[in-house]
Amino acid sequence: MRVGAERLFAMAVEEHAIKLRVNGTAHALRVAPWTSLLDLLRETIGVTGPKKGCDHGQCGACTVLADGKRINSCLTLAVMRDGAEITTIEGLATGEELHPIQEAFIECDASQCGYCTPGQICSAVGLIAEGHARTPDEIRELMSGNICRCGAYPNIIAAIQRAQGGR
Amino acid sequence: MNPFDYSRAGTLTEAVVAAAREPTASFVAGGTNLVDLMKANVARPTRLIDLSRLPLARIEETRAGGLRLGALVTNADTAYDPRVAARYPLVTQAILAGASPQLRNVATNGGNLLQRTRCHYFYAPATACNKREPGSGCAAREGQNRMHAILGASEHCVAVHPSDFCVALAALEAVIHVTGADGDRAIPFEEFHRLPGDTPERDNVLVAGDVITAIELPPNAFQANSYYLKVRDRKSYAFALISVAAALEMDGGIVRAVRLAMGGVAHKPWRRREAEAVLVGRAPDAEQLGRAADVLLEGAEPLEHNAFKPTLARRAIVRALTEAARS
Repeated sequence: MRVGAERLFAMAVEEHAIKLRVNGTAHALRVAPWTSLLDLLRETIGVTGPKKGCDHGQCGACTVLADGKRINSCLTLAVMRDGAEITTIEGLATGEELHPIQEAFIECDASQCGYCTPGQICSAVGLIAEGHARTPDEIRELMSGNICRCGAYPNIIAAIQRAQGGR
Repeated sequence: MNPFDYSRAGTLTEAVVAAAREPTASFVAGGTNLVDLMKANVARPTRLIDLSRLPLARIEETRAGGLRLGALVTNADTAYDPRVAARYPLVTQAILAGASPQLRNVATNGGNLLQRTRCHYFYAPATACNKREPGSGCAAREGQNRMHAILGASEHCVAVHPSDFCVALAALEAVIHVTGADGDRAIPFEEFHRLPGDTPERDNVLVAGDVITAIELPPNAFQANSYYLKVRDRKSYAFALISVAAALEMDGGIVRAVRLAMGGVAHKPWRRREAEAVLVGRAPDAEQLGRAADVLLEGAEPLEHNAFKPTLARRAIVRALTEAARS
């Protein structure tokens, strides 16, 4: 989306002032209407944990938490999220102390190449907060928005169960 | 994505007026389909009018004893609402059969009704598509048409409507509440979406400036015996090859009332009252269910790559009704 011609055109199109809190830090920004939340995070704010996999909401690598809910940041226009609290993989740990799901992903060896992992972990945080998945089948179904092309799924399911205190 | 302007509607009236002033503008709510279509250069609005802050995000009781689902309630909040889950389990099942949790957390009820077909050719601007570019032809009719329509199609378009939620809403005879330039109106669900005919660019009967404000669910007695069956290429996060919403009201072993709607077969959720009439006053045995399926599928015309659909559809209808009868 950030091609040169569009950047030039941006000078003619009105940019919009928005406020976002990203991982606890307040940002006041001016954005072009077509800037996705994902591009804003990665290119302007410099938070590169959320990945641009498909850019069409199909792979889940861009998953972040917006006001506590997991969403595809690639299909969300930044201007529409004015006032939101965004949490990415970078915002989950408390200082040196990892989030329980991050710990569980390490314990269960739940990543291989790692590209999908920030999205998987943010999605898992959302899933646990939603509280609708208990069994492995339910976890599989409610993690279906996150693709892992290495096929680390069994260990991802194990990590989520572990973080839920299942074993 | 093409450049565009953006404005946030403060009131419903403001939204309707803004759309009337700029006919090439689009409303946006969740944006999960529209933003994607804009990236693909299929939708090219000059302005997005953001409805997402309007006060249409509540689920309320109706005087008739039903529920009114605000247009801006997300699909997730609708599916997991305890009143919806208890009184309209078909809605919960259908919504949770579609998309992914991330998408359902953002996609709205109004937007679900207005999502566009996922026909590959509609999404590929280099190909002919009468829905995207009226008069350009239909590449799907002679192309890869495994996912496409077997009922109600026209020479101009064989696309199917992609929504699961809408199949349940068709079965439940929902009413769509709309506010437009001429005021408010209520549209029965079966009149909301269109068959393609020779104007496949129009998915539904809305006109520019119309805003969906709510989906009304009338009261019913289908809670104990309803079932949503979705058949697809993988177990989760895929569009339907065939889906069936079946709802029965049983009296002993006899069908007192029944609703039956299908997805994945036509340009809109497919329903025929004649198919339902077959079952009323009878025991839902295999023979009667098969007869109802045959009536619902009468006139089916498969394409080159979806010759399996009528058989699959017949079996899916029988299975969904069987599950509904026993649940």
